[in-house]
Amino acid sequence: MTEIIVVTSGKGGVGKTTTSASVACGLARRGKRVAVIDFDIGLRNLDLIMGCERRVVYDFVNVIQGDCTLKQALIRDKRLETLHVLAASQTRDKDALTAEGVRRVLDELIADGFDYIVCDSPAGIEKGAHLAMYYADRAVVVVNPEVSSVRDSDRILGLLASKTQRAEQGNGGVKEHLLLTRYNPRRVASGEMMSVDDVKEILGLDVIGVVPESPDVLAASNSGVPVILNDESDASLAYDDAVARLLGENLPLRFLEEPKRGFFARMFGG
Amino acid sequence: MGLLALFRRTPSSASVAKERLRIIVAQERSARGSPDYLPLLRRELLQVIHKYVNVDPDAVQINLGQEEGHEVLELSVALPEKTRA
Ligand SMILES: Nc1ncnc2c1ncn2[C@@H]1O[C@H](COP(=O)(O)OP(=O)(O)OP(=O)(O)O)[C@@H](O)[C@H]1O
Ligand SMILES: [Mg+2]
Repeated sequence: MTEIIVVTSGKGGVGKTTTSASVACGLARRGKRVAVIDFDIGLRNLDLIMGCERRVVYDFVNVIQGDCTLKQALIRDKRLETLHVLAASQTRDKDALTAEGVRRVLDELIADGFDYIVCDSPAGIEKGAHLAMYYADRAVVVVNPEVSSVRDSDRILGLLASKTQRAEQGNGGVKEHLLLTRYNPRRVASGEMMSVDDVKEILGLDVIGVVPESPDVLAASNSGVPVILNDESDASLAYDDAVARLLGENLPLRFLEEPKRGFFARMFGG
Repeated sequence: MGLLALFRRTPSSASVAKERLRIIVAQERSARGSPDYLPLLRRELLQVIHKYVNVDPDAVQINLGQEEGHEVLELSVALPEKTRA
């Protein structure tokens, strides 16, 4: 059984690509066969975050238009052998992505026996975002504890509940999860930032992970190594927990409080 | 919520955010799946009401609900104090 997971948000720049890359790595690291697809047509970025930008020969649109086979376009990750990346096209033609074409690619990945297909959605609620979520079984809605991000997430939740194949077919709908990221425990404690519970309450949805604001994320994208692979980082541990929860494990949330000095150093040898 | 926020007299900015979101999210959820003419209807009603009383845009609430199998359009206008025409 293949599970299709869309990573979406509505608002731009909240951490979808960072999350897609880390979740895909986390699943692959647990032995799953994973394909992660960049749906951000015209603004290819997942390849950079995954560190495979120089190995992109063919992209998603090339496969859809029959310029190459899916096998030719899939880039196998150099670190995790069960992980594959399908890059977005740099074309400016937004109509290059079609529902029928996307379906064909997904079906081929399913037939090939992939366990997970992670779809990195573009921002907004236009065609690309629509197609990224349309065939999903599950959705990870990435949200920052900030008013516009939360409001846009709710818009996206509305679309997940109406404009997806599962919603249209009425077979239980898409399973939705919230992933809070760029969480700053210090600012939450001082009342400057909404807490996990606040966001949970407003959106009425369970939280699959809380990723702290971390300088390691920038370092990770600088080097093309998804942050989950940096075992020293809180962001990595938080993403790994989220992956475990996606797989059904029941773990308490961590990093919700600012680490105390000393104690922190003792715990993590930092 | 942290201790600091408990001792604060004015509400923290996070709780202001939460309250605003609670209202707007509820409003947008109820607007979902309702007819497209609702926003226009609301705007035009607001103009008519404005001829008689000076109300804030957010004083006019329109909701489409269900009651015993019928669709009910609910309109509520909060009038400003003392300036009743
Ligand atoms: N936990 C975090 N801590 C610090 N910075 C972060 C964190 N998560 C993401 N960022 C930063 O936020 C920015 C946006 O991240 P990312 O590209 O993943 O967002 P996105 O939602 O995919 O954006 P877009 O909507 O443009 O596709 C990047 O600069 C990234 O380094
Ligand atoms: Mg992105």
